[in-house]
This record gives sequence, structure tokens and C-alpha cells, in this order.
Amino acid sequence: MLSFRKIAAGAAALSLAVALPFGASAHRAWMLPSSTVVSGDDVWVTVDAAISNDLFYFEHNAMPLDRIKAYAPDGSDVAIENGAKGRYRSTFDVHLTQKGTYKIAADMDGLFASYKLNGESKRWRGSADKLGEIPAAATEVKITEVQNRNEIFVTSGNPTDTVLKPGGKGLELQPVTHPNDLVAGEAGQFRFLLDGKPAAGVKVTVIPGGIRYRNRLNQMDLTADADGLVSINWPEPGMYWMQASIEDAAASAPRATQRRAGYVTTLEVMAP
Amino acid sequence: MRSFFPLVLTGIAVTPAAAQAADMQVTVNIPRLNVAEYHKPYVAIWVEGASLAKPTNLAVWYDVNLKKNEGAKWLRDMRQWWRKTGRTLNMPVDGISGATRAPGQHVLRFAEGKAPLGKPPAGSYELVVEAAREVGGRELLRIPFQWPPKSAQSLKAQGQSELGAIGLTLKP
Repeated sequence: MLSFRKIAAGAAALSLAVALPFGASAHRAWMLPSSTVVSGDDVWVTVDAAISNDLFYFEHNAMPLDRIKAYAPDGSDVAIENGAKGRYRSTFDVHLTQKGTYKIAADMDGLFASYKLNGESKRWRGSADKLGEIPAAATEVKITEVQNRNEIFVTSGNPTDTVLKPGGKGLELQPVTHPNDLVAGEAGQFRFLLDGKPAAGVKVTVIPGGIRYRNRLNQMDLTADADGLVSINWPEPGMYWMQASIEDAAASAPRATQRRAGYVTTLEVMAP
Repeated sequence: MRSFFPLVLTGIAVTPAAAQAADMQVTVNIPRLNVAEYHKPYVAIWVEGASLAKPTNLAVWYDVNLKKNEGAKWLRDMRQWWRKTGRTLNMPVDGISGATRAPGQHVLRFAEGKAPLGKPPAGSYELVVEAAREVGGRELLRIPFQWPPKSAQSLKAQGQSELGAIGLTLKP
């Protein structure tokens, strides 16, 4: 049987490019779990992961599996099982053997560079230890650190918050309302953190799924307040894609002069 | 807020006051549906209100007899029940869990001071009945009421799809 790692390795090259939630590309990266709330003793979820225009249809590219990790309610790593990458989507399973809230995350921390060499504009992507690949003769070198986080939550039994604790790097979501306890007609509240501190003024976009069968995008544009808080009034039940991004000069990597931090999650809002 | 059970256990149920305990009768009609694939619905019946720390479950009907408790997999389809209390319980729960019921009228009686109703403090409540059916739909009905009842009352709600008429009869 082809191992997950082998499949993932082939996808690694693509991953930096497709995980970018902003820039010239309007494509949206998302993970969609078969359930966000599960009951019973022997439960699994299947997750689709893709980069597409519409939500949540797979019509553009599969999301690489190599960066996807799952965390159990106690914070320990959980295996991604039955991983497979198709043309338009990737899919994998997570076996939920503990009660509580799981996190499934595709994180990326890398560098993006543009420079000129012999009058030609060049672009480069990679990690900090590969910066030497940029030729010494390059001019107008501009290096941007990119920290992206794309995560979803699944709860078996009662919701817990161990996996929701922030790590203190990049843009993160610190739920006030638990992400698996959202109901249409009740406002959901979330705090965005940048490097562990309230991300005041961060722009947040929320788009309901099912775009293909309506004319309007029904996008909600929100701005976090001074405490990094946004409050979302869910108009109806369904799956929602939420994205936040911010640019600043707080790059941690060598030679990087700016930083782009992004956060994406998929949230399920239940019928009342 | 105290839950019902400690009050029951402290012996209030056997005091003279309990002789005049109010009671509650819940009638649930499960409609006979003409569909290609019919499964008996999962049904949860509970009482909620601001005077209660958490809702009081009266009955949860599901596939209790499947091997390895596999019927529990679909309990979350009763979404509001699951959110309010189901997810904190280790199903099945004695005195609350029961097998799914066939279409028809089902009558349940609950006496004040006895499990599972216990002794609710005076206040405003809602009886909630939620039904979810495999490859079918979901419906949730509410009947507001005051407890303890001052007079005999008969209250009703009418379902449209997964539930038929729901009745709540209160006796002081």
C-alpha cells in the first residue's frame, strides 16, 4: 500500500504556492469535515481538502497533505489515515478515539522572495535554510515571510479547549464561542491573535458555502476591535468559510523585511 | 443552581407534601409516513427553563440495542438535545433511554418528586420534543408552561413533518 508520506512528498512542491490565501490568486483553501459534531463510541471523520473558487466545491486543485496534522483533545498528535490526493481534492480520515475537541490543521511558515537577475524579474519560494538559493548577484531582493494557518475543529461528545490554546506565533483564532457550538440566530464571538496578542483591526471575511446555487456571494466583512474580537451573526445554518489576514514588518526570518500572516477555518453553524 | 436529583434523594419525595405532588403527562404522536425507506425516529423529550441549571431529560428514544452501542452515532442528529445535554451524557442513561417507538400515540407520565422529573422550582419552563429520522428530517416543538400548575391544563403543539400533535397535560 502506498504510504501517506509518499503521497504527501509528491505534493510538497505545490504546497507553498497553493496555501497562499491572498495575493494575485483569488482561490480559497479549505478543509471540510464530514461532521463537526459527532456522537457514539467509535467515530471517524473524513476530511476533504481543496483549493477552489467556489465553497465548498472541488474544482481547482487538491490541497497537499504533507502539512496536515491532527491533534487529539489531550493535545497529542493523531495519525492522518487513508490519505489520498486526487486531481481536485485530497481526502483523509481521522479516527476519534478520545472525547472532546480535535483540531486538524494545515500550517505553513515559509518565505517568498522577488528579485531581479540580469534585468529579469524572478520569484522564489522556500524555507529560511534555503535562502542561499537566491543568487548572490540578485538585485532588488524583497523577502516576505508568510505564516499561514488553516484549521478545522471536530468535537466528539462534550467540547474541550486544549487544542484551542494559542501557540503565540502568526495569526491565530482564540474562540470565545466554541467553534463546534455555533447556532444560527446566536452570535459567535472570536478573538484573533497576532503573535499571541490581540490582532486589533484585522480584517475578517466570512462566506457561507453553497456559492454555486446563489447569485450573491453573501460575504460578511468584519474588522476586529481593539481586543481582536469579532462577533458574527450567523444568518442561517450551514458551513462557513472564515478567513483573516494581516501584513506587517514583524518578520522573524533572516533578510525578510515584511510578513504576511493568514488564518482560515471552516465553521459549521447548526439549525436552532 | 441545584439539580433535581439531590432534592429527590434528600427525602422530599416521601414527605407529606409529595402526596399532593403535581404531575405531568406528555403525549407524543409519531406520524405514519409514506416514504420509501422508513426508520422510526430518534426522539428526545426534555424540560428547560431559566430556573434550571441544565435541562431535565424526560426520555430519549434511540437504537439502544445495536451492538457496540452503534445507535449512539446518530444521537447528534437531535441537534439541540445533543448540544444542551446529550453530549455530556454517557448514553444509555437509566430511566431516560429507551428504544425507538413506532408511529402512533405514546403517553408518558411524570410525577413531581420522582425521577426523571424531580422537583422543579417554581418558574417558567418549556417542554421540548425533538425528533430526527434516519434518511428523513428533523423537527423540534416547544410547549411553554408554568410550574407548579395552579389548575389542570392541557397544552398542545402541532408538528408538521417528523412529529404529529404533542400534548402536555398538567395537574396540580
